[in-house]
Amino acid sequence: MSILIDENTKVIVQGITGRDGSFHAGQMIEYGTNVVGGVTPGKGGLHEHGKPVFNSVKEAVESTGANATVIYVPAKFAKGAVQEAIDADIPLIICITEGVPVNDMVSLYHQVKAKGLKLIGPNCPGLISPGKSKIGIMPGMICTPGKVGVISRSGTLTYEIVYALTNLGIGQSTCVGIGGDPIVGSNFRDILDEFDKDPETEAVVLIGEIGGDEEEKTAAYIQENISTPVFAYIVGASAPEGRTMGHAGAIVSGNVGTAATKQKAFRAAGVPVAKTLDEMAAMVAEKFGKA
Amino acid sequence: MNIHEYQAKGLFKAAGIPVPEGRIALSVEEAVTAFEELGGGIVAVKAQVHVGGRGKAGGVKLARTADEVKEAAEAILGLDIKGHIVHRLWIEKGSDIKKEAYLSVILERSEKTISFIASAEGGMDIEEVADKTPEKILMFGSKDYSFPEEEAKKAAAELFGGEGAEGALEIMRKLFALYIDKDLQMAEINPLVLTGSGDVIALDGKITIDDNAMMRQADLEELRDMKEENPAELEAKEKGLAFIQLDGDIGCMVNGAGLAMATLDMINLYGGDPANFLDVGGSSNPEKVVNAFRLILAGGNVKAVLINIFGGITRCDDIAKGILKAFETMDIDVPVVVRLAGTNAKEGNELLVGSKLIPAATFSEAVQKTISLGKGEDA
Repeated sequence: MSILIDENTKVIVQGITGRDGSFHAGQMIEYGTNVVGGVTPGKGGLHEHGKPVFNSVKEAVESTGANATVIYVPAKFAKGAVQEAIDADIPLIICITEGVPVNDMVSLYHQVKAKGLKLIGPNCPGLISPGKSKIGIMPGMICTPGKVGVISRSGTLTYEIVYALTNLGIGQSTCVGIGGDPIVGSNFRDILDEFDKDPETEAVVLIGEIGGDEEEKTAAYIQENISTPVFAYIVGASAPEGRTMGHAGAIVSGNVGTAATKQKAFRAAGVPVAKTLDEMAAMVAEKFGKA
Repeated sequence: MNIHEYQAKGLFKAAGIPVPEGRIALSVEEAVTAFEELGGGIVAVKAQVHVGGRGKAGGVKLARTADEVKEAAEAILGLDIKGHIVHRLWIEKGSDIKKEAYLSVILERSEKTISFIASAEGGMDIEEVADKTPEKILMFGSKDYSFPEEEAKKAAAELFGGEGAEGALEIMRKLFALYIDKDLQMAEINPLVLTGSGDVIALDGKITIDDNAMMRQADLEELRDMKEENPAELEAKEKGLAFIQLDGDIGCMVNGAGLAMATLDMINLYGGDPANFLDVGGSSNPEKVVNAFRLILAGGNVKAVLINIFGGITRCDDIAKGILKAFETMDIDVPVVVRLAGTNAKEGNELLVGSKLIPAATFSEAVQKTISLGKGEDA
């Protein structure tokens, strides 16, 4: 099984005629994702990769019955694009766009929660259920279907751990990149809940980052609510205080959000913490008897 | 992006938040002129640098005469405050302080709200207050950009023990609007002051603007102080690279912020000391690789370079071409270790055969090799 997306997920691409949107729509279709159309205001009636383009999300949903949308529009239009998806009540909204002004996310975040929809991102690589569907920009070929769930803030680190797991013969149920911004639509806890409900996900690897207190909260949440075994790795132990390390959310201020406090929180919650990604893959392999 | 106190006060003033009258001065003479223009009396001579703790570092002095202003300006200009050299002074009319409070608007990441922090404990480090006496801090936020009227009213009434409530509420309203209009990430007034005549004014100001919002706040760009920015980091940004200068001697070039952080961590784990953080991003443009090399080697301190690429959308053969181009166009005389994995890694590695580049099969092998070579050992 998998979480959030599978072969039945019907996806529209917001920004499908743009450079990134068009390229990745093609990649998704090639992977087998059920892309049913796209949206670019003013370009309704055209086709891209053989899929119909609509002027609005509402029209696209009405015509195609899409139940997921992926957003590739430039940062200044991201707020409007997510708002349109919310207004069309699309249950799963994935925003790949990076560089979205953080205040734009405040209202969107609360609207999504209030409506019971799901938002992944912004500034994220999307998600993939290997062999079934991928939404976003993750390279499909490094993934193998299997039983380990992956959650990460970072794209390249997701690839690294998936690659390490695949090399050890361990497949993945779903890999989710939640994004590196200070406000993202879904946090680790939201995705852990999904994995915990999935009978076929037998373990979850979680890649956290310095900054904020989400990892600390997640650790406490796992102890109380999650029965699936979780393995954690925290990146950014060597980051200097007060400097944003690439991701807008990855910043250590004072004693808040250091790698040490996050590692400590996970250990206290009984979650094994790896020093490197290879070590984390080895820990999972040992659990599955594949070391 | 951070801006100076005087610039923050400029934005406050334009937004209708009362601030003391002042003048900017770039030299001792200008400081004295500013004092005269302000009509004499007591003034504060304040260092303008993007760092806290100016008072303790001797960067803020009171002066009553032109000679005292001259003396203070001479002492503060050129002062090194935590690595920030003072080039600008803010000369400000002294205020008759009756009470001090704290007020800020921030993005509250945990609740995902735009939140006020207010405390009757002004002029202090708010983190220290939060740590020692959390009950003295009021915090409340907005989920939808609407001003939290009721809670703000209550807070305003408490800040100065009942006095100045109206002035404080008005400032809260204007600070909140400013925060939203200008896409700020932090707007702090510490201290917010109740004067002897019952007015409420912003005696200090600290503002951080969201870098992501600069695309629609072009007029704020002029507030950028180039002397407060690292030139290499600015250049990197113009070229689409994320770069941060660090103190060590192992240069690195990585794709993706997460992997770049993990690379720094692993360099430290194996006893090395990274010279920089550099994310070349998802692009495969060879020109970017050349620019990245320039930035890494510019400091002159680098003893070995590690290139760590996990190709997803980025194609490893494109990165390899960029590396080879950099070697053709630049004089690179330090060892360079390359680890390519993911999309087209095989093709990329084949392109590098026969070059001066040192291949590595895995992430950890690459890190260990680079550190050894940096020490002049055989890898």
